[in-house]
Amino acid sequence: MKLHTFKTGGVHPAENKIAAGKPIVTLPLPEEVVLPVAQHIGAPAKPIVKKGDKVKRGDRVAEAGGFVSAHIHTPISGTVVKVDVARTPQGMPVEAIYIKSDEDDRKADAEAIEAARTPLRSEAEVAALDAKAIIEMVKEAGIVGLGGATFPTHVKLSPPPGSKADLVIINAVECEPCLSCDDMLMRENAADIVKGVRLLMKAAGVDRGVIAIENNKPEAIAAMTEAVAQVGGLEVMAMKVKYPQGGEKQLIEAVTGKEVPSGALPIATGAIVQNVATAYAVYRAVYHGEPVLDRVLTLHDGKEGKNLRVAIGTILADIVDTDDYEKIILGGPMMGRTASTLVTPMIKGTSGILLDKKYAHRRPMDPCIRCGACVTACPMGLEPFLLSTLSRLKEYDEAENEKIANCIECGSCSYACPASRPILDFIRVGKGKVMAAMRARAAAAKS
Amino acid sequence: MNVILLSIIVLGTIGIVGAAVLYVVARRFHVQEDPRIDEVEALLPGANCGGCGRSGCRDFAVACVNADTLDGLSCPSSSAETLKKIGEIVGLAAAVAKPKIAVIKCNGTCDLRPSMARFEGAPSCAVLSSLGTGESPCPNGCLGCGDCVAACPYGAMRMNRETGLPEVVEDKCVGCGVCVKSCPRSIIELRNKGPRGMRVYVACSNKEKGAQAMKECKAACIGCSKCVKVCTHDAISVSSNLSYIDFEKCKLCRKCVDVCPTHAIHAVNFPVKKAEPEAVKAEAIDA
Repeated sequence: MKLHTFKTGGVHPAENKIAAGKPIVTLPLPEEVVLPVAQHIGAPAKPIVKKGDKVKRGDRVAEAGGFVSAHIHTPISGTVVKVDVARTPQGMPVEAIYIKSDEDDRKADAEAIEAARTPLRSEAEVAALDAKAIIEMVKEAGIVGLGGATFPTHVKLSPPPGSKADLVIINAVECEPCLSCDDMLMRENAADIVKGVRLLMKAAGVDRGVIAIENNKPEAIAAMTEAVAQVGGLEVMAMKVKYPQGGEKQLIEAVTGKEVPSGALPIATGAIVQNVATAYAVYRAVYHGEPVLDRVLTLHDGKEGKNLRVAIGTILADIVDTDDYEKIILGGPMMGRTASTLVTPMIKGTSGILLDKKYAHRRPMDPCIRCGACVTACPMGLEPFLLSTLSRLKEYDEAENEKIANCIECGSCSYACPASRPILDFIRVGKGKVMAAMRARAAAAKS
Repeated sequence: MNVILLSIIVLGTIGIVGAAVLYVVARRFHVQEDPRIDEVEALLPGANCGGCGRSGCRDFAVACVNADTLDGLSCPSSSAETLKKIGEIVGLAAAVAKPKIAVIKCNGTCDLRPSMARFEGAPSCAVLSSLGTGESPCPNGCLGCGDCVAACPYGAMRMNRETGLPEVVEDKCVGCGVCVKSCPRSIIELRNKGPRGMRVYVACSNKEKGAQAMKECKAACIGCSKCVKVCTHDAISVSSNLSYIDFEKCKLCRKCVDVCPTHAIHAVNFPVKKAEPEAVKAEAIDA
C-alpha cells in the first residue's frame, strides 16, 4: 500500500503515544466550570447570562459575536457565579462565565446525560434534512474545529461565493506526539463518526470524502475501514507518519496533491478539511441534539497516558491530581502552550495535557551555523533562520517580502535546529507585527 | 617609456575632466545650510535616542533652527544649561521641561508572585508577550526578560537577578522614553524626577479585581481606594482596579504610602525617617 504525505519539509519527532489503546474515560462533571467567551477563532461570543441566573446543562450562555464566531453552552446545570476575566490556554485574559452547581443540579445533569444516550432524531428524519438545515444545526451547537485551530465549522461549510467544494477531508492524522484522543475516538465510535462525515459531506454539497489517518494507528484505520465499507463515497487513506501532516494545507497537499496558493483559502483547492472529533460533534448535534459540551483529550504524565472525556470549562486543578510536574503544557508537545495557572479552563480546542518532564525543558541555545536544517524542515518552504533574524532585528518589511505571513507556527524549525535556537519564538513576534500591518493596510484600502 | 607617458596623459585627463564635473556639480547644486544647525547638533548628546520625538539629534537640531518657538522642543538628555545655550544660538527662549525619569510600575519579585513554570525560550519580553502569558499569572506585570535593558541607549537600566525586575540607574537615566516603547506590557512610565529625586508612585500595573490580583501577586495594587481617600491633594485616582498618582498634583506627603495594604505604593529617595529610640536600643542589644 502506498502511503500518502506532503512533499515539502516536515519532521518526525518521537511519537511517544503511550495513551494509545487506553479506553476513553469520562470524567465526572465538575462542580464548577469556567467558560471563556473566546474559545474559537474570530469574534468572541457575547455572554447572555448574568450573575445569579440559573442555567441547565446544554443551555446557551454566550451568543456568537459575529459571522465568524460560535455559541457557547454550559455542560453543567447550576447558577452563574460571576462573569469575570479568566486565562484561556492561549494565555490571553478574556471574559468568562463562572457556573457552579449544587446537589439538585448534579442529579438533573445525571438524568440529562442518561436521556441524551438515545438519539433524538431517527435515521429517516436525519435523511430528510437538507444542507441548510444541517449547517444551521452545526451553528446552533457551537461546533468549531476540535483539532485545535477552533475555526467555526459552519463558516467552513459555507464557502465564499465563487468557490466550490468537491471533497471533504477528515483530519484524523493526529500528527502531534503523545496525543491519542482522536485515535481512541475512532476506535470506539467509528460508525457514529462516519454518520457525522456523511452529514458534513451533505452540508457541503460534496459526494466524495477522504478520512486521512496516519499509519501509526492501525486499529483506527481498521475500525474506520470497516465502518465506511457500508456506505458509498468514502475512503480511508493511510498516511505516512510525518509532522505537521495535520496542518490544513499540508493535509490537502498530501491527499489531493494540490498546493494551497500563498494567501488563498484552502477552499481554493476545492477541499474542506474537518477534524474527526468535529465530525463526531456534528453527529452528536444532529442525531442527539447535543451542543459541544465535552471533548476527548489525552493526559500524558510521562509514565502513563489516559484518554479523558472532560466537560468544556473544567479547570486544570480538577483534572490534574498530582504535583509531580515541572510544567503543564496544554496541547501537544510541538504546538502546545504552557499553562500559567491551575484555574485555566479546558476549551473546545484543548487536545492534551502534558505533565511529562521530558518536555519541560529546552536545551541551551548555541549560535546559528547556517546549516539549513530549519529550511529543510519547514513544511511551508520558508527560510526560518532568515525570518527569525529579520524579526529579531525588527526588519518587518523584509520579513513580509520573505512571506513570514505564510508561517503556520508548527515549530518544525525549532525542533530540527541542531543549535536548539528558539527560531519560532522570534518568527511569531514578527508574524504578529506583519499581520497587523497587513490588516491595517487592508482596512485603509477599504475605507 | 611610451606606455608610462600614455598612462599619465590618459589618467591625468580623466582626473581633470572628473574634477571639472565635480566642481560644476558642487557649485550648481550647492545646498545652503544654516550653520547654526551644526552648532546646535554639537551641543546635543548624539545618542539619537528619540526622546525629543524626532528621529535623531540632527533632526532635532534642524527643527530647533527652523522653529518659531521652542515650546515643545526639548531634549530630555540635555541639561537646562545646554538647552539655554541652544536657545541663545537660535535666538529664542529655551523651553526647559521638568526632568523626567523612568519608573518601573511593577514590584512582582520572584518571591511575591507564584509561578508554575520557567520560560526557557528566546530571552525577549516581546517573544514571551506574543505567547500571551508570562511565568507568573499576572497579565500585566514585568516579564523580566530585559527588553528595556537592551533598548536603553544610556546604559541606565540593569536587571536585578534576585528580584527578576529591571532597575533604573538614577544618575544615568535621562528620561528619553526608549524603554517605555520597548516594553510590550507598558509597565514603564516617565514621571517627574521630583526635588532631590524624591517621588511617589504606584509600583503595579495589575488591572485585575482585588481578590484575583492578590492571588496573582502579593504586591499587587488591589484597587481598594484607601490611597484616594487619604490623599489631600486630589492627586490619586483609581481606574480598572489600579491606582494612579498624578505626579503634577502630588505633593510628596507620603500618606498614601503608609495606608497601602499591599505596599504597592513606593516612595524613593526620601530621607530615612528617624528610627524609634526603642528599636535602636533593641538593635544595639542584639549586636
